[in-house]
Amino acid sequence: MKLLLIVLVALLIILHQDNWYWTDPTLIGGFMPIGLLYHVGISLAAAFVWFLATIFLWPK
Amino acid sequence: MEPGMIRLLVIALYMVLLLGLGYLANRGFTGTKKDYLLASHSIGPFLLLMSLFGTTMTAFALVGSTGEAFKEGIGVYGMLASSSGIVHSLCFFVIGVKIYGFGRKYGYTTQIQFFRDRLESNFIGLLLFPILVCLLVPYLLIGVMASGTVIQTMTSGAFANEGIFQSDNPAFAGGLPPQIGSAVVCSVVLIYVFFGGMRGTAWANTFQTMVFMVLGLVTFVLIANKLGGGESLLESMRNITAKVDADHTTRMSMSKTKFFTYMFIPLSVGMFPHLFQHWLTARSVNSFKLSVVCHPIFIMIVWVPCILIGIWATTDGALPSAVMAKIKPNAVLPALVKFHTTALVGGLLTAGILAAVMSSLDSQFLCLGSMFTNDIVDHYAGKGRISDAVQMWLARGFVVAVVVTVYFLSLIANRSVFTLGIWCFSGFASLFPIVFAALYWRRLTAAGAVSGIVTAAATWYFLFRESDFGANGSYALGIPYTDGIQIMPVVLMFALTVIAMVVTSWLTRPPSKETLEKFFPETN
Repeated sequence: MKLLLIVLVALLIILHQDNWYWTDPTLIGGFMPIGLLYHVGISLAAAFVWFLATIFLWPK
Repeated sequence: MEPGMIRLLVIALYMVLLLGLGYLANRGFTGTKKDYLLASHSIGPFLLLMSLFGTTMTAFALVGSTGEAFKEGIGVYGMLASSSGIVHSLCFFVIGVKIYGFGRKYGYTTQIQFFRDRLESNFIGLLLFPILVCLLVPYLLIGVMASGTVIQTMTSGAFANEGIFQSDNPAFAGGLPPQIGSAVVCSVVLIYVFFGGMRGTAWANTFQTMVFMVLGLVTFVLIANKLGGGESLLESMRNITAKVDADHTTRMSMSKTKFFTYMFIPLSVGMFPHLFQHWLTARSVNSFKLSVVCHPIFIMIVWVPCILIGIWATTDGALPSAVMAKIKPNAVLPALVKFHTTALVGGLLTAGILAAVMSSLDSQFLCLGSMFTNDIVDHYAGKGRISDAVQMWLARGFVVAVVVTVYFLSLIANRSVFTLGIWCFSGFASLFPIVFAALYWRRLTAAGAVSGIVTAAATWYFLFRESDFGANGSYALGIPYTDGIQIMPVVLMFALTVIAMVVTSWLTRPPSKETLEKFFPETN
């Protein structure tokens, strides 16, 4: 499980670099810049990864 | 009544409310030093979450993020908010939980007590104490500066009829000057911290975190509707975002390597002395779970509205042209609130902004006093030789001295809250390898830690001076022999600290068997 957590955190950091929407001016829903929405997704993914950590790796 | 005066009265009422909270917390005070500094390890999951979040989200999160998004666009969210969602919780999980365990087991209140014990060195305390205090000064400074700017902007016009507090800048004319606003904020925080101790601070943090989160969202909705002018919130947001230029809705002018190396900056939470103290207030290890999971979500709730408000402020008509011509990043959020809400609502929203500032200042004030009594007074006078009551008064005297210094610095400092925050966090982040190695590397020695700390402090000071002490807001390091690749200064500080720490540790005698048994029982 520790290895899985390390892999997931590394994946989050790689995805955080975000080379896909760097210069894309698309507005999702007409108001949300796609680059900002992508990073909102990163925030939610981080919360999920830490949720897994509290279930499987929490100390006594 | 003048709108500025109405906003001033609302701010004054909020300050009175906080003083009342400090008085109430004082009534639950058991009268011991441990209760004053650590709330007798009684803080449960919800209070811990709100305390940790309220403490980490300072003027930097509301005033700084809006101002920086106004300058740089949406990339600011990725630079610090989503990266903090990953790294802050990582620090709570990898550093905070482990530190809490040692703190409960061996009775630590401060970082320095842990380092002295783990590294078998008295000197480490003498070295680290002034460095931590000096790094806390810019952190305190951004809160004090922001509160002065916010109050002056929001109360402008309050004294127009009296003809006092005039200013060339129309955003400030007739408003309460920052030297008065900042002094009031510092005094109120000092009073409720002195009355309520850690319990009062935790209560005030929880209350103020809820205030700034709720009022932050209210601000967002009100400003969106006013700027967009649509029949619904969604229509208003579409109208206003459509007017923002592509430079602010993308990161086209942002360096990719600089963006990536911002990831090092949130590591600073691993070395914040005030967070260390908050970690030790937890009732149990399980109290941390809620903080670890909810922290990234709470950051998102606060930062996304601020970033959108910041880019909307760049559009034509968002602010009067006379104000827009002279506006500085620190004043963007209060100016928008002032020009697009009624006086009463504006006063409430100002209280929300000040709540974010004060919920950090209180923990930092308490922590400074705690470090002074535990790491200097108690340590050198001999444990128990000076009574708790005398120690508390010495702590209060030291805190007042630091706050007065910061207050006078705030009157002459003319820096962006965001830039000053980045330098402060970079300094703490460069010390992160020391605490990480102390917890996970058996071979770390006192000499290794000392050389790492000296390297971090010297590199930080050298680079801070190179940036003209933060005046150059876009200061970055160019990598030689590359095509203009730029990285944040924190990377160099971090790397040199690791090298100095590891090399010196390998060249010196390892820690004693007793110490290793004490701190690494699972590997013995």
